[in-house]
Amino acid sequence: MTDAILELTDIRKSFGALKATDGVSLDLRVGEIHALIGPNGAGKSTLIHQISGSLKPDSGSIRFQGQDMAGLDMAARARRGLGRSFQISSLAPEFSALRNVMLAVQARQGSSFRFFRPVAGDRSLTEPAMAMLERVGLQDRARVPAAELSHGERRQLEVAIALALGPKAFLLDEPMAGLGPDGSKRLTGFLDALRSEAPILLVEHDMDAVFALADRISVLVYGSIIATGTVDEIRANPEVRRAYLGDAA
Amino acid sequence: MMAGLSREKTANIVLALLLLGVPLAAVAAGEPFYVTLATRIVILALAAIGLNIALGLGGLVSFGHAAFFGLGGYVAGILATHAFNGETVLFGLPSTTSMPVIWLVAVVLCGLVALPIGAISLRTSGVYFIMITLAFAQMIYYFAVSWPDYGGEDGLSLYVRNTFPGVNTAQPLPYFLVCLGVLAAAVCLFWLLRGSRFGAALEAARQNTTRLSAVGIAPFNIKLVAFVISAMVTGLAGALFADLNRFVSPSMASWQMSGELIVLIILGGKGRLFGPIAGAIVYVLFEFALGGITERWQFFLGLMLLGVVLFARGGLLGLVAGRARHD
Repeated sequence: MTDAILELTDIRKSFGALKATDGVSLDLRVGEIHALIGPNGAGKSTLIHQISGSLKPDSGSIRFQGQDMAGLDMAARARRGLGRSFQISSLAPEFSALRNVMLAVQARQGSSFRFFRPVAGDRSLTEPAMAMLERVGLQDRARVPAAELSHGERRQLEVAIALALGPKAFLLDEPMAGLGPDGSKRLTGFLDALRSEAPILLVEHDMDAVFALADRISVLVYGSIIATGTVDEIRANPEVRRAYLGDAA
Repeated sequence: MMAGLSREKTANIVLALLLLGVPLAAVAAGEPFYVTLATRIVILALAAIGLNIALGLGGLVSFGHAAFFGLGGYVAGILATHAFNGETVLFGLPSTTSMPVIWLVAVVLCGLVALPIGAISLRTSGVYFIMITLAFAQMIYYFAVSWPDYGGEDGLSLYVRNTFPGVNTAQPLPYFLVCLGVLAAAVCLFWLLRGSRFGAALEAARQNTTRLSAVGIAPFNIKLVAFVISAMVTGLAGALFADLNRFVSPSMASWQMSGELIVLIILGGKGRLFGPIAGAIVYVLFEFALGGITERWQFFLGLMLLGVVLFARGGLLGLVAGRARHD
């Protein structure tokens, strides 16, 4: 347990009679990709929202780097090193790709209350931002407004922004969603290398990607984790097969 | 892309030259009335530039900015009235007729008032934000109406225009130039803010608050600071407006005034550097040209606003310069 960077203990969240999160405990360890899978409506997004701070759990604790995160809002958690990407791209649509990443660089530098120096020629912002775009292969689209990027490019931009935050852990919510086979394959390779930088809690529907990447998999069904284990253990688990994987695995 | 930018710059330069040139020409032609009209444009543009920081950059549709406009006006009126009577103001503080001092007091007071109003209002968003800012402004409006010491509903007259070191402010042209100088400073402030890190965060807050939170910047703090700066600039305009008319009344803080400021921005182009200036020029000229013909000139203003909202979302400047773009 000592090398767990993110630790969830008995998280519960109900919406009326619906138990969206029903006693979830899981951890994310240094150097690993921990995939969270489950059928639609299992409560994956609700769980991610509680970790990132946009929803408050009814009970249970979330510890990040040994620190209790209760009472910290989304921005405060991000500042402590929790970098998230969104299931549905969440960008500043009028800003160029570069400006979107520059915002993250500026946030990381902790300097948003500077009122006079122009950002446009500020190389302490533009250079790291450009480097992140290069890492995800978007450098040629740097000046294009986010609203005019293709779906796949927006997914790449989400990842570039998360990278620019230099987080201690990544929280990636369906980064492959809507990507073609080529895009998924490329992103899979990219995430594979990323785990050495910071561990990744990965919510993903693309089973090929999950099986290729995950060190551990947790299966969420009706708000509860029914199994956690290695890829082979999960594939072999009869309960998981019945609840989710069907015959595909 | 570059053509669009330079077209907006060209439009801005033309507007600036008009704003300076027409009053000078009017004085040369012996028509000082037009200088007063131009001063009115300049001051309304200044008030709207203030609001444009909150509304244009931050997407905060404050329907209560007239409160700050009125507060600034009353600061000028109250300080000057006491000074004229040779009295002190509250708690024995000295009164004054010096514009720079009055401006400082107006700006600081508006900032102090905007801080709690913003802190409460920014807990809401959308329609609720509009309504709560309106509610605060109405409170200030009725406070002014019901304060007989300073004229209540009838307002308060300034016996003479306040003074500015080295300038004969009683003359229309020197006072116009003082106001234009303040406007130029406000345009610079807006330009610097928009291009700064703070401006980037503020514009991101307008586009997508979740994105801003997710990178670790608290949108509330950014918006609150923007709201306060915005109120300060509008308050400064209020002080100038009181001196222009040598009169303040609660109507400066009325909801119609708040609406007027929003109209100026929408007309000219929200978030644009010269949007409020273009809006104020068109608004005041409409009021002047059609107001002489019919009392119902606002009907035609309404028609034009309708046209802008339906067909030129970027305002009149957007019509000239095309879509605003970043980078």
